[in-house]
Amino acid sequence: MAVTKLFGASVKRREDPRLITGRGNFTDHIKLPGTLFMALKRSPHAHARIVRIDASKARAMPGVVAVYTGQDLVDKLAPVPCAWLIPDSDLKVPSYRALAVDKVRYVGDAVAAVVAENRYVAEDALEAIDVEYEVLPAIVDQERATQDGAPQLYDDVPNNIAFHWKLHAGDFDSAWNQAEVKLSRRLINHRLIPTAMEPRGALAHYNPGTGDLTIWCTSQNPHVHRLLLSAVTGIPETRIRVIATDVGGGFGSKIPMYSGEMLASAISRDLGRPIKWFESRRENYVATIHGRDHIQYVDLAATRDGKVTGIRVKSYANLGAYLSTASPGVPTWLFGLMLSGAYAILAVHVDVFGVVTNTTPTDAYRGAGRPEATYLLERMMDLLARELGMDPAEIRRKNFIPKEQFPYTTATGLQYDSGNYEATLDRALELVNYQQLRREQEELRAQGRYLGIGFSTYVEVCGLAPSAAAGAMGFQGGLWESATVRVHPSGKVSVFTGSNPHGQGEETTFAQLVADELGVPIDDIEIVHGDTEMIPFGMGTYGSRSLAVGGTAVIMATRKVKEKATKIAAHLLEVAPEDVAFENGRFFVKGAPDRAKTFQEVAGAAYLAWSMPEGVTPGLEETHFHDPINNTFPFGCHICVVEVDADTGKVSFRKYVAVDDVGNVVNPMIVDGQVHGGIAQGLAQAVYEYAAYDENGQLLTATLMDYAVPKASMLPRFDVDRTVTPTPVNPMGAKGAGETGTIASTPAVANAIIDALSPFGIDHIDIPLTPERIWRAVQERRG
Amino acid sequence: MQITVKVNGVAHTHDVEPRMLLVHFLRDVLNLTGTHIGCDTSQCGACTVLMNGKAVKSCTVFAVQADGAEITTIEGLARDGQLHPVQEGFWEMHGLQCGYCTPGMIMTAVDLLQRIPNPTEEQIRHYLEGNLCRCTGYHNIVRAVQYAAEKMRA
Repeated sequence: MAVTKLFGASVKRREDPRLITGRGNFTDHIKLPGTLFMALKRSPHAHARIVRIDASKARAMPGVVAVYTGQDLVDKLAPVPCAWLIPDSDLKVPSYRALAVDKVRYVGDAVAAVVAENRYVAEDALEAIDVEYEVLPAIVDQERATQDGAPQLYDDVPNNIAFHWKLHAGDFDSAWNQAEVKLSRRLINHRLIPTAMEPRGALAHYNPGTGDLTIWCTSQNPHVHRLLLSAVTGIPETRIRVIATDVGGGFGSKIPMYSGEMLASAISRDLGRPIKWFESRRENYVATIHGRDHIQYVDLAATRDGKVTGIRVKSYANLGAYLSTASPGVPTWLFGLMLSGAYAILAVHVDVFGVVTNTTPTDAYRGAGRPEATYLLERMMDLLARELGMDPAEIRRKNFIPKEQFPYTTATGLQYDSGNYEATLDRALELVNYQQLRREQEELRAQGRYLGIGFSTYVEVCGLAPSAAAGAMGFQGGLWESATVRVHPSGKVSVFTGSNPHGQGEETTFAQLVADELGVPIDDIEIVHGDTEMIPFGMGTYGSRSLAVGGTAVIMATRKVKEKATKIAAHLLEVAPEDVAFENGRFFVKGAPDRAKTFQEVAGAAYLAWSMPEGVTPGLEETHFHDPINNTFPFGCHICVVEVDADTGKVSFRKYVAVDDVGNVVNPMIVDGQVHGGIAQGLAQAVYEYAAYDENGQLLTATLMDYAVPKASMLPRFDVDRTVTPTPVNPMGAKGAGETGTIASTPAVANAIIDALSPFGIDHIDIPLTPERIWRAVQERRG
Repeated sequence: MQITVKVNGVAHTHDVEPRMLLVHFLRDVLNLTGTHIGCDTSQCGACTVLMNGKAVKSCTVFAVQADGAEITTIEGLARDGQLHPVQEGFWEMHGLQCGYCTPGMIMTAVDLLQRIPNPTEEQIRHYLEGNLCRCTGYHNIVRAVQYAAEKMRA
């Protein structure tokens, strides 16, 4: 890594001035003359045949321009695509129509679209559409859905099993047969709702004159949406422009292709007018993807002295009613490959059944697969410690991959890039004053107070890449990233990135990288994202990949610019390029620093092109497509300290310590913020959030009144610290920090609460650990 | 119905449907899109504005109820190019990520500091209960409000 000025500095965010003054460019702010508003009629039933749709009353209402049903669009819009076709799994991808034809399969399945002069009229018209349904039995539980006699969603998906994915690495059977200690558990990793504060929406404008479709939408990956919109509408990619400038959070939920954006596009083409659609929060809850939802059977084999020798997992993953864009990859590859975690476990057997049910489709939600693996493993490590009477910190230490063994190839075939797991554990123990805390725990127990200490020593995979791996896993795309660095004649710089931040702060961090490379003031650098017309191509922001993959593309393109500029400078200085040095934005002759040209002078010369070196073309602009050699693997140790009131089940947070290692850090302030927010979401899974369905498939937590997104008063302060183990995978040595908090925190919190309850003989309660669940468990033990 | 509402110091007179929400009046009629909509049950607080000096959720007020009122939105908070101390606090302390909840969060914090100039952390967290943020875990929002409180007392 070069010695630089802004790398490592907490530069205040450059995106903030517009956002704190109400001048952001969010999708719903965009207005075009003549825009019609679209509203979607959604099924109130989880499973039903559509007998008849009568939209005549709605069509007759003043202000209503059109009503579309599924049948009207069959020839105008292909089904919602699934783009992760996992191999060797007998994968079945049922047809997923933007507007259901014949049958609805979850509460929220869209059946009709109303287009009207404004949103009030459109919503009124929804009420006037009469849909006759023949209600069918529904199935919600994914394990029961696979049993004979369960309601079937599709004729061609027997037992509702859309795939059976397996990965059998190492010899689990002999590990199990020889195991001195065997633990078997059924764990539930429940369903969550991502809840980006900005719901999803789109403004689609098809110009009949030119045949161009411009769509502003809430997207984490505009180019991917352009590709998919082209595939479903038949409009060539060259004629589609997707714009997503400011996006109000995503957490995975703005990756997939959805019916709303597709319908707005198709109907705009049909009517030749701009169509705006913006979902309500209730729609967001029933019809934007959910996350997690596994039922897991786990067998852990270990020696009497606490060494884990093998793990076997059978998981039922609830896919919901249809296969969302990336859904098959999340509970399989992103879960199964990570099941040995930070530990040297040589046998890992995984079987995952992807099951369709009458629920909202699931897909990637912050962490995507890794939280499901990490919670399982970290919970089992605590159970093993309990079984053997060992300290939970020490059982982890005993099983860690030692730092000398990196790069380390896991049983599942991943190559962990770098690591020093014990250092994060030691640091976290120090920060909580562990020995003292255990003594205090003893003292409090004697007074009938229940303190608990919970660990999570996680490793996760991020910087999702490389493309060859994506292909081997059946992902229908590459996982590289692009960047174009355009130096203008004045020496000011526009950087076009395929990453598409929605809160991560790349307008700041990427500018820090470029400012360092080129020695120009950060104010001279613009980071441009979220517009397919301006950016070569982009895979987008998810999987904690923007800095590691997109940032590297920016650096590589910048270095190409510098290389060309050096040639031009050498020419102007009348020396050979190898005799030119570049420092702090100045090119100068080695040994004669006064003979110099500024970066700005060289940029000007590149555009004047009056005198260019032999073979060098005018202009100063370079593009780089970066496909990394490997993923990156951040890790760390989180420790949560709680006190549980055994009489009420109420949990109070005493302390939360996070020691993460995300490699080198470009902007510590931003990384801290990512960690805080990640912890909040993971902690909320452990104690608050739960997407609950009744047996008929009605989502009971369909509003923010019922779904417990934490409020400020429900969260503790977070003590965040870091160790630094750079990755060799990219020139920054940076790993990624977007999901570590979410992945680490759920088991840390759950383990703390279970630890607090250990005097009652309680060794497990399924999350979320609500006061009621805790109270019931304690009551049961107390008799 | 014809209403006159003074928004950020400027009086606006318009004919509106009686059922039009104040938030739609601000966003769709006056084009003040800094006030955001994040839910349909008055939980998220993204639409918070000051009405006659007090924080209200503009999704829970009809435009006609604001007839004759003075409204301050996020666009009207900075004066003469000077950020309000709460805005400054959010910038300094990294109190926002995606920025969608931010306008409402800032308006509620302004209201808080008018009532309690020197709030404890507990008071801040309690007061912000009507505003949801999904990005920050509130840690830096609390620091942003503390920053503003200190600045406003100085």
